[in-house]
Amino acid sequence: MMRPAPSDVVGPEGAVEAPVRRSERREWILPVYTGVVILYLFLPIGVMILFGFNDITGRFNFTWQGFTLDHYRTLGDFPDLITSLKNSLIIAAGATLVSTVLGTMMALALTRYRFRGKSGANLFIFLPLGTPEVVLGASLLSLFITMGLDRGLVTILLAHIMFNISFVVVTVKARTQGFNREWEEAAKDLGASPWTAFRTVTLPLIFPGVLAAAVLAFALSVDDFVITLFNAGGTLTFPLWVYGASRFGVPPQVNVMGTLIFVIGVTLALGSVWLQRRRGEEIVADYLR
Amino acid sequence: MATTVEAAEPRAARWRRGRAPYSLLLPGGLWLLVFFVVPMVSMLSVSLQEGSLERGYELTWRLQTYLDVLGKFDTQFVRSILYGLMVTVTLLVICYPLAYTIAFRGGRWKNALLFLLIMPFFVSFIIRTLEWKFILADDGFLFGTMKNFGLIGEDFRVLATPFAVIGGLVYNFLPFMALPLYVALEKMDRSLLDAAGDLYSSRTSAFLRVTLPLSLPGVFAGSLLTFIPSVGDFINAEILGGINTTMIGNVIQQEFLVNNDYPEAAAISFLLLAGILVGVALYAKALGTEELTG
Repeated sequence: MMRPAPSDVVGPEGAVEAPVRRSERREWILPVYTGVVILYLFLPIGVMILFGFNDITGRFNFTWQGFTLDHYRTLGDFPDLITSLKNSLIIAAGATLVSTVLGTMMALALTRYRFRGKSGANLFIFLPLGTPEVVLGASLLSLFITMGLDRGLVTILLAHIMFNISFVVVTVKARTQGFNREWEEAAKDLGASPWTAFRTVTLPLIFPGVLAAAVLAFALSVDDFVITLFNAGGTLTFPLWVYGASRFGVPPQVNVMGTLIFVIGVTLALGSVWLQRRRGEEIVADYLR
Repeated sequence: MATTVEAAEPRAARWRRGRAPYSLLLPGGLWLLVFFVVPMVSMLSVSLQEGSLERGYELTWRLQTYLDVLGKFDTQFVRSILYGLMVTVTLLVICYPLAYTIAFRGGRWKNALLFLLIMPFFVSFIIRTLEWKFILADDGFLFGTMKNFGLIGEDFRVLATPFAVIGGLVYNFLPFMALPLYVALEKMDRSLLDAAGDLYSSRTSAFLRVTLPLSLPGVFAGSLLTFIPSVGDFINAEILGGINTTMIGNVIQQEFLVNNDYPEAAAISFLLLAGILVGVALYAKALGTEELTG
């Protein structure tokens, strides 16, 4: 059972084996560290899921008192929650649609053409990403106040499209950087109209990037608190409702909603990864044929 | 006749092609112009106005407002920068070994580990922060229990201290540091390390002279992606902090939405933005990353 000391190793390998052994002994440090960090990241998530099942007696959800599914059953009894969810979904859907279309167009211009003012355009698109959210929110509020525009669903939507555009451009650009324009030219040479060439050649190729950008835009929009707070007026979105409902401790409904969104989000993400992997395999298979 | 048509055709096509990038950029560019540039100009003008919500505002080019807010909120300005720096440095220390492990030792578990890393962030920002408030509560299940057993003093608290605010920011912005570091390390050419080994470099010096310099673009990107949002953040200070941990974002929010002192709020926003731009430029110079980022 005793391990041979490095000096026991005979032959020319001895010199090579010794340092490998020494590093082997410390090999566990980094993986264990990684595990600890991941556990730390999941700590509040675990607490959230657990306390959504807490059978509380009074208003306060502070200590564990027993298991119940009641909070899941009675979600519909909170009209503000339902309204805010509806608002958030409407805003996110609209913002995702518009920002994905506008941002993808910009990304295509920036990756497929050489033109004057390109680096300026790149910088301009990057600026909103380098601006703190609170400044973006405050500046939009300044504009809406100056214009005398009532704040509500529409102003939130306008703001969300704005901050999503830059994220979409960056995401789509990253996925279309190596894109080969000759394929589209080949389609046109073979008699395809520009639109047909775009639809049948370009779009399928950039689609994974566009989908990733749309998912990101949707997630950012649903989750946005700061910019929305400045431009919401009296309108409630889901994060605003959560904040309002949690002035004194976190009510179980917030935990329940967080858990549901978490489960749905993770499921969708895993599903899309799986779909993209299959698509990727199909493309490779087509190419090899 | 026929020749002129043929000659005109490619020119028209060329013109159409030359125009194409601009027409693709136009709609999105206009959107950013109207809802990013115009608001900034509008805020600049508001910061130079005088008046109140009741009497209305008038553009008087009063620059004094800027000096006023600097004097009034210097503590919050300094505190925000300090917190931002501490968050960035803490995240570098936490995330570098993490990204390194996933990139170099992840093997076939790489994608799964990355997914585990971002999974907690499927829960909304505001809920995540509220759960930390719940965990760290003075008499919550963690500290309350410890107090019952006499493990910590009765007046021990983490909430409302800088530790809670910085901790919240560190937690919330972790992926923004970890992912750029991972990308930089992952795309590194491994044969360079073999070469260093062949040239009798120790593992430490190979790390310091090959891996670390090559990961600097990731360090740069990660630092910006965590420093900028944490300096401007007010949610963590609002939920986890107290009166002695207010940041400049809290002041902007308060002045704009509660006190309705628009000129002051606008001036603070501009100072924050200017400070960040100057800081980023200096940082880029110091790291010599002009080419690295391009």
